[in-house]
Amino acid sequence: MALKIVKGSIDRMFDKNLQDLVRGIRNHKEDEAKYISTCIDEIKQELKQDNIAVKANAVCKLTYLQMLGYDVSWAAFNIVEVMSSSKFTYKRIGYLAASQCFHESTDVIMLTTNQIRKDLSSPNQYDTGVALTGLSCFVTPDLARDLANDIMTLMSHTKPYIRKKAVLIMYKVFLKYPESLRPAFPRLKEKLEDPDPGVQSAAVNVICELARRNPKNYLSLAPLFFKLMTSSTNNWVLIKIIKLFGALTPLEPRLGKKLIEPLTNLIHSTSAMSLLYECVNTVIAVLISLSSGMPNHSASIQLCVQKLRILIEDSDQNLKYLGLLAMSKILKTHPKSVQSHKDLILQCLDDKDESIRLRALDLLYGMVSKKNLMEIVKKLMLHVDKAEGTTYRDELLTKIIDICSQSNYQYITNFEWYISILVELTRLEGTRHGHLIASQMLDVAIRVKAIRGFAVAQMATLLDNAHLLTGNMQRMGICEVLYAAAWICGEFSEHLENPMQTLEAMLRPKVATLPGHIQAVYVQNAAKLFATVLKSQEGNTDSTAAQETSQLMIDRLPLFVQSANLEVQERASCILQLVKYIQKLQQKDVEVAEEVSALFAGELNPVAPKAQKKVPVPEGLDLDSWINEPPSESESEDEQPKAIFAKEEPKHSRPRREEVDEKELAKRREARKQEQANNPFYIKASPSSQKVYQEAPGVEHIPVVQIDLSVPLKVPGLPMSDQYVKLEEERRQKERAEKKKKEKKKRKEKRSGRGKKHDSGPESEEDITPAHQVDIVTEEMPENALPSDDDDKDPNDPHKALDIDLDKPLADSEKLPVRSHRAAEAPKSPTEDGDATSQEPKKKSSKEKREKKKDKDRDRKKSKEEKKKKKHKHEEKGEDLLGGEAEEPVVQSEETNEVAAPPTSTSAEVSDLDFWLSNAPVPSNTQETATVAAAEAAPMPEATSGIAPDSEPDEPKDTEMEETKSSKHKKKKQKKEKEEKEKKKKKKHHHHHHHSDGGGEEAVQNGTVEEEEPLPPMSNYCLLAENSYVKMMMEDADEVYDIQGNLQDGSQVVVSVIFENKCDSFLKSMEFNVLDSLNSKLQRPEGSGPHDGLTVPFQLPPGVSNEARFVFTVQSIIMPQKLKGTLTFIVKNEDSSTHEKLDFKLHFTCTSYLITTPCYSDAFAKLLESGDLKCSSVRLEGVNMPFHHLLARICFHHHFSVVERIDSCASMYSRSIQGHHVCLLVKVSAQTVSIDAKCDEPTLLGNVLDEIKQTFSQC
Amino acid sequence: MIKAILIFNNHGKPRLIRFYQYFAEDMQQQIIRETFHLVSKRDDNVCNFLEGGSLIGGSDYKLIYRHYATLYFVFCVDSSESELGILDLIQVFVETLDKCFENVCELDLIFHMDKVHYILQEVVMGGMVLETNMNEITTQVDVQNRMEKSEGGLSAAPARAVSAVKNMNLPEIPRNINIGDINIKVPSLSPF
Repeated sequence: MALKIVKGSIDRMFDKNLQDLVRGIRNHKEDEAKYISTCIDEIKQELKQDNIAVKANAVCKLTYLQMLGYDVSWAAFNIVEVMSSSKFTYKRIGYLAASQCFHESTDVIMLTTNQIRKDLSSPNQYDTGVALTGLSCFVTPDLARDLANDIMTLMSHTKPYIRKKAVLIMYKVFLKYPESLRPAFPRLKEKLEDPDPGVQSAAVNVICELARRNPKNYLSLAPLFFKLMTSSTNNWVLIKIIKLFGALTPLEPRLGKKLIEPLTNLIHSTSAMSLLYECVNTVIAVLISLSSGMPNHSASIQLCVQKLRILIEDSDQNLKYLGLLAMSKILKTHPKSVQSHKDLILQCLDDKDESIRLRALDLLYGMVSKKNLMEIVKKLMLHVDKAEGTTYRDELLTKIIDICSQSNYQYITNFEWYISILVELTRLEGTRHGHLIASQMLDVAIRVKAIRGFAVAQMATLLDNAHLLTGNMQRMGICEVLYAAAWICGEFSEHLENPMQTLEAMLRPKVATLPGHIQAVYVQNAAKLFATVLKSQEGNTDSTAAQETSQLMIDRLPLFVQSANLEVQERASCILQLVKYIQKLQQKDVEVAEEVSALFAGELNPVAPKAQKKVPVPEGLDLDSWINEPPSESESEDEQPKAIFAKEEPKHSRPRREEVDEKELAKRREARKQEQANNPFYIKASPSSQKVYQEAPGVEHIPVVQIDLSVPLKVPGLPMSDQYVKLEEERRQKERAEKKKKEKKKRKEKRSGRGKKHDSGPESEEDITPAHQVDIVTEEMPENALPSDDDDKDPNDPHKALDIDLDKPLADSEKLPVRSHRAAEAPKSPTEDGDATSQEPKKKSSKEKREKKKDKDRDRKKSKEEKKKKKHKHEEKGEDLLGGEAEEPVVQSEETNEVAAPPTSTSAEVSDLDFWLSNAPVPSNTQETATVAAAEAAPMPEATSGIAPDSEPDEPKDTEMEETKSSKHKKKKQKKEKEEKEKKKKKKHHHHHHHSDGGGEEAVQNGTVEEEEPLPPMSNYCLLAENSYVKMMMEDADEVYDIQGNLQDGSQVVVSVIFENKCDSFLKSMEFNVLDSLNSKLQRPEGSGPHDGLTVPFQLPPGVSNEARFVFTVQSIIMPQKLKGTLTFIVKNEDSSTHEKLDFKLHFTCTSYLITTPCYSDAFAKLLESGDLKCSSVRLEGVNMPFHHLLARICFHHHFSVVERIDSCASMYSRSIQGHHVCLLVKVSAQTVSIDAKCDEPTLLGNVLDEIKQTFSQC
Repeated sequence: MIKAILIFNNHGKPRLIRFYQYFAEDMQQQIIRETFHLVSKRDDNVCNFLEGGSLIGGSDYKLIYRHYATLYFVFCVDSSESELGILDLIQVFVETLDKCFENVCELDLIFHMDKVHYILQEVVMGGMVLETNMNEITTQVDVQNRMEKSEGGLSAAPARAVSAVKNMNLPEIPRNINIGDINIKVPSLSPF
């Protein structure tokens, strides 16, 4: 007794620890749950005590129970208590428990902020470490916001142990609080070069994770990573970097070129398989990104494939698996080099490891050709028979269908074979993919017209033998194919040999055991068949046959009328009534077949899968608005009791019905029987038939025997696909023999009849022609909708918010909140406020304000412009700026930011990247490198001489250009980008120049002009020529052109011509030729004569447009020129091709010789004062447009830039390709625009002014 | 990123679970069951990669696992991790356990789940690989253990005495612990 008391008290004092708990659970195997519930009660008691040691012990036990699946969130507050203990032991327990069971919706988390902050700044590095580790698991947006700054300081902690943890956790912080990315990024970048390898590895890790989701923002880090890659010896770091490069190369092909060499070296030198594998993977990514075939690429591919083959042949299953995985990546771009290893891959199909078999299957998908499809599928069918597990077999089934149906059945030459393969697949037991087979059957039958006859015959057999599919309950999944079979037989019933037999098969009583939706299709299609049968029978003199058919329908349909499925019931009732009516008419000898078949007339066309999405929403229809206002909550509450009442009502009524006494019931039953007996349409139940009904189709007398299915089942009458393989072989051989005799003509016809392009297939495939004329019906789309595969990204992806440009300088507002809650929402400083209002598009007030603030704001505006520039640049690249960035004020204050890197350094890096990349040994892109070099060199002298001008107004032009020329070649785009960068760089210098000047300017910079009102879209492209004569084939081509001077070469003009194919034939062999004048000549490749045309480097499919550029050399530029030219091309039609030509006149205006050159107002003033310039002026009357539109128009169409703008007066500048200065002073009063102009070449000036005048007279 | 680390024995009993993405407890158990189901039916001589189960991950995720004696170590990772790298990481982790527990066996994991967690925390943090150098990991673990000892540990001396008494009262316990051949044999693998 005493002992018990002592033991009890001791137990309470020193409770079970974790080991005791575990031991206890192991001792109570039978009643584990009960034991644990008592333990939880104990733990609850322990948690109530004040002793922190007891609490920690309890929390530790809870962590264990959590692992066993017990929800311990009720103890969240106690966990926080333990976390806040000053002892490391307890703290660690608390944080561990928190990391296991806290999540975003745990409300006590908000209590932890200060505790965690305290721990983070603890002098004991392990307290900090434990807090960081815990935080990494349960960080919430609030915690991230409040603690971001503390963690960022820890990134520079003296202990590498803390540094690496702080660096790693930043990734989690970024995810929860994207605004922190930009301020923290410079420091994160520093950590890439941390002396401690662990910290370095962590930084690489974080940046790789970031870059994987939004690679384009991290391109500028490529040189740094490249350095790390060549210097690091840590395989972990190397693997991460190499993986990162794999993500970056698709964005920057030049990077790939630079990478190939070091990667190849690594492949040769490393002994670590993991590294080797990642290198191969990245080389593959590089090769994919370099679409154009470079001579040394084949060697790299060969190397990769070779190494992968070694991996696949390795006895280590892991390497084999990875080898196959990487192989499938090569397959996408270089199928030929993989196809040579077909043997190896087929071998892997026999591997005992399912993962490997699945990977090999994936590879097969890309390896099929017309030639080997049948062979491969045959092999797969063998595997299907052998496969033991249903999952693998189902996988095989889907793969077979995938392989065959890929790219619109491209590889199928014989659809009869394919149908029979599908029919064979229906014999799979217990597959889940019945619907897949069914949809394939439907698709083929609908889209391949030629196969319908065969398909219908097959489906009829399938329907006839339906009992084989449905007999076994296990095979229920496969009965889906009956859906397809019934539909095909009904819809294409005209192809049926014996429609009557099929009709009977569809009306068998057994059908009633099928799922409802299949029955519904049966009923509907029975009606279609009925129509066909009637039609065929009506020609006969004897009308009894037709009447018998009707009688059959009338006899059988009531079975479906009784169906529990509403759909079946409804359809059956309708059709039954219809047939009864028809029978009446038949008895009066009325011809009904025509009318009945008219019910099902017309053909159904397939609809493209995206068609629904492409249907435009009609104007004025708002799909999100309520049709009826939703009932308010109070209303619904009112209704609730009513609903309950309504629900209860039937309950009351039911027993009432039951109250009807037994006698009455018996009487009714009797009466019903009597009625049924008299009803001629009622199928009388003979005493035995009721049973037959359930188990076997009594009508057909087909004995249903459970078949032992160890031997593959052969449905009688169904052709085996193997037969077709043999037949196909024979056919191909015969064809080959025939081909030797006959000439290509026949082949051409056949191939074009197929209506598909085979250009992509290997050459050997051309020998194989489809067995019969196959016409694949294209899918229907709503008008004007283009089939595009714009994959919508997941809007919920947390990484989307991290798509942030890191090269932009930091704004003040972006600083991380420090030490106070909700710092981010703190009231803005007055200056910021002021600017925020000026941001708003208030025309007048903003002008006034601007004048007041002129001096003060100038610097800021500068930076604003810079930012906008960059933003534009990004828009051009097709980026979307998201989240935090959009909200951030566009103003950058001049205060130095604690964490911000100096803005110039980042932007310098961007061009550094170009420079770094351009150093790559690129044989084919010498031209490009030259441009880069020029871009690098050009701005320097200008900046130092102080004429780095502000060229704001050409900004709309730039964006505009990009929009109109969206179809441009990649090369040109890159060039554009470089030009952009060049400009940006200029501005950078300008910015700093201003700084030193201290703001001695008086005029308002035109930086904000375009904010006043959006500019109308403008385009420099104008119609060059259009083909007017319409011939037999309706061809029509038009050309649009845009002439621009080229800065790089003083006497060159580049003309971009867009060719658009407006007819529906193929345009090819286009030749562009111009009759040279003395002054202007088309630059032709070396070795060609002066009258030879230039081949346009592309062909045009119908409706496609593309752009080509032509270079002209010009000697004198002071006069506009006209050049006559012709475009010759071949119009290729299905059955013919004709030569066509189109004449045009190229008009080189003087404007086209001008290059937008920014000019600084000081330099502009000097230029005017120099007195070298001749003066001229022009007046434009009745120009009715805002002044900034007018300026933008001049800038855009005539390549000027605005130097200064004061109210309604502006000075503009441009330079010709031969260095003539052109200065304009534009003034506006009322509707009159007067332009005073100065230029050192009066003829040029006169012409330019005439052209300006013309521009404005046109609008 | 690593999405989850699961350690369970040949019967699917969890020994350590560490999710780096929130799942409710019942979901966690379901994932363990599914993963066990996927992993346990595989031979020892097949590859160590599995396409992720339907519950955890999806197409971007892979299960990478190793089987040591009675225990499965399963890492669920996305495509940013190197498959072979993670295999090596599991090896590093197990070797570290072996060092810290001196010939680690399943029982060590059963009774010292918390300690295993602390070791894991030095290897992987928040789903990202923190440290791969075994010496560095063991040093940090040792230092922290020493700190704990200097603080008197969770169960101070008297408590330990009591639990010794309790053990004496329950003599059947040692018999239940089957100390057969459950030592995890750490094969010497080729260096990473």
